[in-house]
Amino acid sequence: METSATSTSPTVLEIRGLTKFFGGLAAVRNFDLTLKHGELVGLIGPNGAGKTTVFNMITGLYVPTSGEIFFNGTNIVGLEPHEITRMGIARTFQNIRLFPNLTVLDNVRIAYHPHCGYTLSDGLLRTSRFNIKEKELTEQALDFLSIFQLDRIYNETAKNLPYGEQRRVEIARALACNPKLLLLDEPAAGMNPREIIELMDLIHFIRERFNLTILLIEHQMRVVMGICEWITVMDFGQVIARGTPKEIQENPLVIEAYLGKGVTHAA
Amino acid sequence: MELGFLLGSLVKIIAIIAYLYGLMWLLARPSIWIKIAGLVGAFGIVQLALTDINGFRLLNNFDSGLLFQASAMTMVALGLNLIYGFNGQFSLGQWGFYGIGAYAAADITYRWINGDARGLLVLGLGALIGTLTLLGINKWLQRFRGIPVLSSFTLYLIGALITGAAAVYLGNQLNPLLTPLLGSVAEPGPLNSPVAQQVIYFLAVILAGIFAAQISFLFGLPVLTLGSDYFGIATLGFTIVVNTLMINSDTILPFPEMKGGRGMIGIPKLTTWFSAFFFMMAVIIIMRNLVHSSTGRSIVAVREDEIAAKAMGIDVAGAKLMSFVVGSFFAGIGGAVYAHYIGFLSPGTFNFLAGFNPLIIVVFGGLGSMTGTIAASFGWIFFLEGMLRVLLSQMGTEAPTWRFVLYPITLLLLMLIRPQGLFGSIEWGFLKGPEFITAPRQQPEPAHKSAI
Repeated sequence: METSATSTSPTVLEIRGLTKFFGGLAAVRNFDLTLKHGELVGLIGPNGAGKTTVFNMITGLYVPTSGEIFFNGTNIVGLEPHEITRMGIARTFQNIRLFPNLTVLDNVRIAYHPHCGYTLSDGLLRTSRFNIKEKELTEQALDFLSIFQLDRIYNETAKNLPYGEQRRVEIARALACNPKLLLLDEPAAGMNPREIIELMDLIHFIRERFNLTILLIEHQMRVVMGICEWITVMDFGQVIARGTPKEIQENPLVIEAYLGKGVTHAA
Repeated sequence: MELGFLLGSLVKIIAIIAYLYGLMWLLARPSIWIKIAGLVGAFGIVQLALTDINGFRLLNNFDSGLLFQASAMTMVALGLNLIYGFNGQFSLGQWGFYGIGAYAAADITYRWINGDARGLLVLGLGALIGTLTLLGINKWLQRFRGIPVLSSFTLYLIGALITGAAAVYLGNQLNPLLTPLLGSVAEPGPLNSPVAQQVIYFLAVILAGIFAAQISFLFGLPVLTLGSDYFGIATLGFTIVVNTLMINSDTILPFPEMKGGRGMIGIPKLTTWFSAFFFMMAVIIIMRNLVHSSTGRSIVAVREDEIAAKAMGIDVAGAKLMSFVVGSFFAGIGGAVYAHYIGFLSPGTFNFLAGFNPLIIVVFGGLGSMTGTIAASFGWIFFLEGMLRVLLSQMGTEAPTWRFVLYPITLLLLMLIRPQGLFGSIEWGFLKGPEFITAPRQQPEPAHKSAI
């Protein structure tokens, strides 16, 4: 597998001592993670391990109890979610969150809002800048959709699409935010084996095409093992193992977390 | 007689819907001259129908009254559709802002014709420095990270109170300069000529809208952080507070000319078809251009999914506040136009129960459909206030009360048969968004064959 990341690549994301308490429950405790430019890293763990909580803290939906998150050298703890997105972190959601009653095209065009290139007064007065930029933006959105083979259905209402297409729209929408770091939350959830293989190819493709760093939460071992270069394993809010897919597969702690005590060499 | 009236009313309602459709169709033509001709023609046709030609008028005073009411209602309901239909915030406060706009504009013109320029000066200065102050505070606060809403609200409130006091002081200082030019009711000065009065009236309408928008900004800032249901309750409370202040405007508020619960009389009837049409079209055009822009899409995204909107880089709090303020601005303008048509303002008109009218219109026409709101506003006024009121009153003195039995039944049936509202999300001509995809797209080369 060709790897674009080397040890000399700049650090994109650095998380230090991230902790989140919900009442007395530690959802995430002392979480550390470093992502270098161009890496594709997996974050795995059993249900309730705190993976999505980490995502929510990176994207600003939750404010961490303690700890620091540096994105390209800037501490982003305490910023509003939209400010973090505008800095270049985009995400998808575990249970797809499209704008259900809008068309596929509008779903993607909304992501252009922070960098649409015209102001509200241009929009109200319908200046030529509005027309030019809006046309440009629509073309770009359609190009994006064509990458994902969605341009034929640009005028469909998002909620009427089949599951696999909704996933693709969500990834297209996240990429339209123009991110440097893409967070994918269980992109393979609910997909059949064939769709999973397609998805793995797609993730590889977008990383190369858009020069992205990707952090991926996944439940299905097959996906993470197949495409990730590094894997971090969480259980009960804590990191229990890090390493290459091969190292992780053989790690007794990971096997225990997934399959319970007393089972060895099960994976 | 009754049959003739019934038929006449139905023809009128159909004619108005066709009129609106034609206007929207003309405005959607690409040529700017056709658009202008469409606007002038649409204004002219009605103006002609309202003009007395050889003792014959197509539309009588009763009809023209309905027309003015319908255009005022269109503005209020469009504002509410922006807040509720497009942004998804269930608001019952629209009627309060309507009332604020009505009383504010009425106060300006009432004082003006009675030789007192303070209404215009204070509200004008307040609109100017108040807006600048609020924007300045907003700019300044953007430099900080993670400020609690209530702290920023306190700052805005202090800023608004200081600028309000400054506006009142300056207005009182500048007033003597203008009073000699105003004259009195008996002897109108040069600034009270009919033309000057129309100019002041236009200014008053716009200032009333700005005043309502400023209040909605201060009110919306803390309240919009609440969830939708709580927001609904809070805005209902707002309408009730505004109504209570109106009832006591001569005792707890220093406005003796508003005469509290007895109602404000003597407001100059300055609304003409020109002004009603002008402001209604302005609201429609602003609304349409706002909705079909990137900002409009972000407003709709907030309705669809707040969390996803945040993750797409949309300032959710800002989008909510924007639609609330713009919606209230429309309500204020609508109220001002209404006040100068009716010439008499009673707090009873702004009772919170009547506040459900725009809500019903918006739901009836279709949430998120501008066409539906406009058509429903006209249809509602002409059907309920026009046709039914007259028809039923011929059947007995108490019969008009049946209106409020008949129209809930209509509403009930509509909700059962067509829950998305009369127009669903259909938009006519001009109200549709600009189409940027002209040619059918060629199926492009798949960029990554491996992924399929």
